[in-house]
Amino acid sequence: MSVLVYTENWDGKFKKLSFELVSYATEVAKMLNTSVSAVSIGNVAWEELKKLGNYGASRIISIQSGHLATLDNQAYTSVIAEVSQKENATVLIFPNNNTGKAIAPRLSVKLKAGIGSGVSRLPLYTHPFTVYKRTYSGNAFAHLVINSDIRILTLAQNSFGITETPNNCVIENLSSAFDNSTGKTVLREGQKQSGKILLTDADIVVSGGRGMKSPDNWPALVELASFLGAATACTRPVSDEGWRPHEEHAGQTGKIIAPNLYIAVGISGATQHLAGISSSKCIVAINTDSNAPIFEAAQYGIVGDAMKVLPKLVAAVKEIKK
Amino acid sequence: MLPPAFYYICLSKAYLLYTAIVAIRHLLNYILENMKILVCISIVPDTTMKIRIGGDKRSIDTVGIQWIINPWDELSLTRALELKESSSGAIKSVTVIHVGTASSEPALRKALAIGADDAIRVNAEPSDAYFTAAQVAEMVSKEKFDVVLCGIESSDFNGSAVGGMIAEFLDIPSVSAVSDIKSDAGTVILTREFDGGKEEVTVPAPFVAIVQKGIAKEPRIASMRGIMNARSKPVRVAEPIAIEPLTCIAMFEKPEARPGCRFIDAENAGLLIELLHDEAKVI
Ligand SMILES: Cc1cc2nc3c(=O)[nH]c(=O)nc-3n(C[C@H](O)[C@H](O)[C@H](O)COP(=O)(O)OP(=O)(O)OC[C@H]3O[C@@H](n4cnc5c(N)ncnc54)[C@H](O)[C@@H]3O)c2cc1C
Ligand SMILES: Nc1ncnc2c1ncn2[C@@H]1O[C@H](COP(=O)(O)O)[C@@H](O)[C@H]1O
Repeated sequence: MSVLVYTENWDGKFKKLSFELVSYATEVAKMLNTSVSAVSIGNVAWEELKKLGNYGASRIISIQSGHLATLDNQAYTSVIAEVSQKENATVLIFPNNNTGKAIAPRLSVKLKAGIGSGVSRLPLYTHPFTVYKRTYSGNAFAHLVINSDIRILTLAQNSFGITETPNNCVIENLSSAFDNSTGKTVLREGQKQSGKILLTDADIVVSGGRGMKSPDNWPALVELASFLGAATACTRPVSDEGWRPHEEHAGQTGKIIAPNLYIAVGISGATQHLAGISSSKCIVAINTDSNAPIFEAAQYGIVGDAMKVLPKLVAAVKEIKK
Repeated sequence: MLPPAFYYICLSKAYLLYTAIVAIRHLLNYILENMKILVCISIVPDTTMKIRIGGDKRSIDTVGIQWIINPWDELSLTRALELKESSSGAIKSVTVIHVGTASSEPALRKALAIGADDAIRVNAEPSDAYFTAAQVAEMVSKEKFDVVLCGIESSDFNGSAVGGMIAEFLDIPSVSAVSDIKSDAGTVILTREFDGGKEEVTVPAPFVAIVQKGIAKEPRIASMRGIMNARSKPVRVAEPIAIEPLTCIAMFEKPEARPGCRFIDAENAGLLIELLHDEAKVI
């Protein structure tokens, strides 16, 4: 028996997300009295793979095959299904990001394993296996019972955190076993953002809504973000208007994020916006209207004009960083 | 003078090439002329509705709830119709499918009014993603759809699962987080997003595309004529196949209440930063 965790890499490096997943898997494995195996697909150096051991993985299965360079949902599913059988996994854990969403549901059918997606806590019980899952876009949480012998969980990012549990791990290179795993997905061209803090990775997010009035006012918000080392986000009308790029749109129909700190500037707090940000650990709102619903979700609030408040915040951050 | 055999070889090569081209064009035309698109539709409470948990704790109180087509599915239907209209007849039909009880007929009628050619309702409670996907997969293999569109997430169950599951049941390709679909000389090109970038890919049909933001700008609204036309369009009711769900909901809980907001005077905004640093310890 084991808990198998899928650890995604970006250009050969693991991110916080993968370490959080291994930390989570380690706690799940404790509940089941078993150990964690991590599977990694892609060219990741031995020292990088070894890092997964710091968070409690005891076995690391590395598959470095040129055929799997492009994500092919079918091929990845077959590879992970085979690894899962080899590791005798009873729980499989994925990130609830686009990659997890691409693979986990297919695997669910292939292994006849019930899926609990977007879980934000450890399983509530192991008999019957019950997870705590977000539903109705954060307006209700379900106790979901998974009745199959194998279960698949996708973890909401930043909901569990990282815990170090150093473990002496064994790395097994299974590349040759999957030399023929060619997929049907043909890559035509790709684009990567570089140098920017990714919204989904950020610990701090500064976000603007229609109350910012004009794209010309954004530099004040971006300045605060850069002093805080934060990513920038926005509401849907702001990205629809083309004031900001659509990757920044947070909410039910945009990105779902859970940073430690979310600063909402000139945002009313519509339910569809809250659906994407309500899991943030601390929410701050700046709004001229003291009745704006965003204040119901906020821990700290300032009733005031964004363009007057932002420079004061920048000055205070500079003071603190001194 | 070259020997006649030379001409013969040249000709036969040319002929082979010619037949190959004809065969490929034939295939492309086939795809182009007969493409059938299926749009999966989930029917959910209006996203502005307050969600109350029912007395049995295992369900949502549906009193007063307005039911709508899941936002993603409305957008994928819109995009499917746009593709059909610009395909000069190559896309034959856009069908919508929903797994659900008779109470969802009004939302299906709305999909027809927006422009879908016909609708299929699999007459069953959609107990879980596995059950739902199995029902859709059954209809896809029966009716041979070429492209299946699904939303990346239903706003009620937030499963992000049905689309991928349909593809695996059918053992066909799936592409997830698709933000654009276009057709270029018989090939369907999909743009998919990942953390930190996007890429254009192709997969052979039949396939499932799981769509997200970007796929269409605004959902199409039913016109008066659309509403009239919808009356004569069929909603076919199919009985479900027997499939055991893998999961069930034991109970619902409301999210934890927020502690309440501490207000800071705008004139003294700098205090906020101190509190975030010393009290909340988030910067
Ligand atoms: C199906 C569906 C899905 C949706 N999905 C999303 C989604 O994913 N994400 C999303 O964000 N929205 C989404 N929406 C839209 C959502 O309903 C709201 O319309 C939107 O979030 C409002 O954006 P806003 O707060 O920027 O603008 P507004 O609601 O216009 O709010 C602007 C706020 O700024 C304040 N303000 C004005 N002037 C100032 C000033 N000088 N200084 C400070 N504050 C000021 C105002 O008091 C007001 O509260 C969706 C809607 C639908 C129907
Ligand atoms: N009952 C249903 N009938 C048809 N399609 C569905 C149903 N439920 C979900 N889907 C499709 O699957 C997508 C993702 O749903 P989910 O897996 O529940 O998040 C939705 O956007 C729909 O396209």
